[in-house]
Amino acid sequence: MGDIAKYLSDAGTRAALLDMLLDHVYLSLVPLVVSVVLAIVLGLLCHRFRQFNATLIGLSNIVYTIPSLALFAIIPALIGTRVLDPLNVIIALTVYTTALLVRPVAEALAAVPAHVTAAATAMGFRPLRRFLTVELPLSVPVLAAGVRVGSVSNISLVSVGALIGTGGLGTLFTDGFRQRYLAPIIIGIVLTLVLALVVDLLLVLLRNRLTPWARVVKP
Amino acid sequence: MIFADALAWLLDPVNWSGGKSIPTRVGIHLLYCLGAVLGASLIAVPLGLYVGHTGRGGVVLVGGSNALRALPTLGLVTFLYLIAGGGTVGVLIGLIVLAVPPILAGAYAGVQDVDRGVVDAARGMGMTGAQRLWRVEVPNALPLLVGGLRNATLQVVATASVAAYVGIETLGRPLLDGLRVLDYGQFVGGAILIALLAVVLDGVLAGVGRLVVPAGLRLTARSRSRRTPPRRREMPVPVESGGSTA
Repeated sequence: MGDIAKYLSDAGTRAALLDMLLDHVYLSLVPLVVSVVLAIVLGLLCHRFRQFNATLIGLSNIVYTIPSLALFAIIPALIGTRVLDPLNVIIALTVYTTALLVRPVAEALAAVPAHVTAAATAMGFRPLRRFLTVELPLSVPVLAAGVRVGSVSNISLVSVGALIGTGGLGTLFTDGFRQRYLAPIIIGIVLTLVLALVVDLLLVLLRNRLTPWARVVKP
Repeated sequence: MIFADALAWLLDPVNWSGGKSIPTRVGIHLLYCLGAVLGASLIAVPLGLYVGHTGRGGVVLVGGSNALRALPTLGLVTFLYLIAGGGTVGVLIGLIVLAVPPILAGAYAGVQDVDRGVVDAARGMGMTGAQRLWRVEVPNALPLLVGGLRNATLQVVATASVAAYVGIETLGRPLLDGLRVLDYGQFVGGAILIALLAVVLDGVLAGVGRLVVPAGLRLTARSRSRRTPPRRREMPVPVESGGSTA
């Protein structure tokens, strides 16, 4: 405990911690937002064109067998970014999160009752408007459940990026290990947990805002 | 180009003999993964079955396992390394923590999702709690339970590479070495080996799943999924027309 207080007493360290935290937020949440959009588009494709379904689901299972450390570092070789470019981590996490979300999105869209879409069509909704205002909102609960898992696993995976030298709170683990110093490691673990908790809480709030009917159904 | 280098590294006889050869590392990698999945199963399966069977503590269980998911493995492994003064225990605990949530989720959701009608029928036939658990709920929960084990195995195999950072000779070693000297052949070769190992283990577990899951269950599972949505999903409205994507 004394160690941690001493470690935190330095203003420079505190500023560096804030930088790492912001880096971590950026590296974990940008992929989350991008992959929500991608997963909705791909999930829609799966839903409308059934032949995509097996291919995409199979592909997303394969993606999961690739170790994150490997994906972080193969990407520069594939697309020509620099090895230390944070874009590598962002792209890798986007791939993982999209793979995680496509299936639930497709299933949620398929679970929208036919009479609801039929009613929307009868009221004169064109397919695009019907999708955006009827089918998509109805799939929010399932999407939100997937996004919550994705945010937690992204926040914990970004740390691995420290092994290839991208920023984020994982730097605290590699620094602490190299110096045989526990304080930064403990602070890194605590900050990661707190960050995951706060983001999860915000996602729950957002979901509740987006699905006002849920409050009526489940008092 | 990169993959040619990787192939060259994989086929180089130098990498196939000695204490740091590919087979040794595959063996060590496998040992840690097996240990972690076994250890996690010993904790997570009884806990998941208990909570699913009694219905008590579900909220705490889900919250707790989500918090575990947020624990960064690299942080945990380096922390335990410094505390225990060695890598083995730290890596094993780190990987067990990683494997517990998916197995727990599988066991819990498996028992939880068993058709209430089936459980009630078992109760009506005079089965005791333990009989219902072992003869009805566990067999019915097996598909999801095995699914949880497969998820956990995939994650553990991929993450055991992190162990190389604290000096354990897993398949993460070629990744880290290749990265340090920018030898992409070694790097990608290591990644390919890990992915292969994951695919093979997943296939083995899928086979085990096919063997242990009662044959009658697959039929009912298919027809049931068409009728009612799984209860875990928070759908605002029930499914009424055929929407199976399985």
